[in-house]
Amino acid sequence: MILNASGCLDALTAPEVAREFDAFVTKTVTPLQREGNAPVRIAETDVGMLNSIGLANPGIDTFLADVLPRLLDLGPPVWVSVGGFAAAEYADLCARLERTDAAAIELNLSCPNVAAPEDEATAIVAAARAATGKPLFAKLSPALPDLPAVALAAAAAGADGLALVNTIRGLALDPATLRPRLGTAAGGLSGPALRPVALAAVHTCFRATGLPIVGMGGVETGAHALELIAAGASAVALGTVLFADPGAAARVREELAGEARQRGFADPLAARGVAHADLDGAPPGPVVRVADGARKRSAQVGLKV
Amino acid sequence: MSPARLSVVGNEAVGPYALLRLRRGALEPGVPGQFFMLRPPGRLLPRPMSLCLAPVGELGFLVDPIGPGTRALTALEPGDEVDVLGPLGNGFRLDPERPLLVGGGIGVAPFPYLSERLGCPPALLGFRTADHAEAAALVPNAEVVLEPTLVTDALAPGFDVLACGPEPMLTAVSRLAPGAQLAWEAPMACGFGACYGCAVEVDGRMARLCVEGPVISARAEMTTEGGVALSVAACSSGRALARRGGGR
Repeated sequence: MILNASGCLDALTAPEVAREFDAFVTKTVTPLQREGNAPVRIAETDVGMLNSIGLANPGIDTFLADVLPRLLDLGPPVWVSVGGFAAAEYADLCARLERTDAAAIELNLSCPNVAAPEDEATAIVAAARAATGKPLFAKLSPALPDLPAVALAAAAAGADGLALVNTIRGLALDPATLRPRLGTAAGGLSGPALRPVALAAVHTCFRATGLPIVGMGGVETGAHALELIAAGASAVALGTVLFADPGAAARVREELAGEARQRGFADPLAARGVAHADLDGAPPGPVVRVADGARKRSAQVGLKV
Repeated sequence: MSPARLSVVGNEAVGPYALLRLRRGALEPGVPGQFFMLRPPGRLLPRPMSLCLAPVGELGFLVDPIGPGTRALTALEPGDEVDVLGPLGNGFRLDPERPLLVGGGIGVAPFPYLSERLGCPPALLGFRTADHAEAAALVPNAEVVLEPTLVTDALAPGFDVLACGPEPMLTAVSRLAPGAQLAWEAPMACGFGACYGCAVEVDGRMARLCVEGPVISARAEMTTEGGVALSVAACSSGRALARRGGGR
């Protein structure tokens, strides 16, 4: 199952690109409209791309009235990414999505500047869980000091799955002026540099929680996607690669099937978790049991537990 | 929607710039002012380039080698291949009665094709040096000014201006020619609305230049304050943008 990473595709300006995905994930929607950051918003570095878009979005009112109906008309299931500054805001966003045909909700919990990330994740996920019966995916920052602890807290509070990873902070300077190239100075680093970071995050959170994971971070090829699956992902999302190759979904899907076959797997998901098999040949897998509710809701959106 | 892999036909120096000619393949040249995303070898992101020339079977791009990406494009040799997506965005309207092309520096890039489509109207081109001004040879019927003279010093009234150049030049042109069509630029990762990187302020809101531009009518984007017409600032931070012809 191949998705786009939130914020890396506008299905309304490029519907033919969006239709290539098994589900479309929206740019993060916040309670109020946000214009986003002043330019310059993007910069390429030698190892990836920096962005500081600033969660530009029309706000939940306009999103529900004007955007979501058109997204749902496109065909693929729509996952709505939501973001806020307090648990109550997440709860309100989820409650308003409850009455829509959104297939799932991704909670953008990726702010790395929270003092007590486990408590914050618990509060937000629990509030969202109380507000919706839809599948809930917690998107986490790989920069958290104890990522598996936060993932476990999210699982205990009712998350049905994880989305790993968001970008990490990075800075690029203009070589001539030695000033930051982005208007906000630092931004989020994505692309190839994020690939080993994402693999480690998926690997450790799979072991800690057993939850279905949408793995993302620097995926450019089917081989990259298969590695995330081997680390424990049940689905893979494409982000930065789409900017250079909007046809990447179909290409990566085909490459992924080939890479899996080459290694003797009947299908790509048969390779899920094999990175966890120890050298004695012990069966791979997480050390915890996934709750029935999470198992059921993840299955609703086609994700294997 | 996937980029097409085009082969390089030629890559010739034009002053400090390079005219990169690609075999067109199945790609349409589009409307002058529209752009293509060209992915330099070895770089993560493609670069936006407005189409410079559209001879039969070819697409020509004028590239200013100002960073690793554009330098990689100017280093391409005949037979090399490059991934190209386009045409993208909104080009110039081709209905002006008395067209005048006004360009600064690498802003000359879309004018050879535009001039051809408009029947070789007069052009006013400003450059930093005589070396840069060699690019004026690509545009028929062009008057050239060199710094410290600016195109706005030589801009006569009564024309329908179509302009491309650095942001301060476009801002100045829009004051002198309020109905001008202006080709803006911004750093851009995708060219089709996905990355939100090329947002500029238009009418007090942020708009993606690749979706709503890159050519925007000055009149549409102006706000009036105290009787003075103010043009939109394409880059409110004031930080220098990669010049037309592409990002770094």
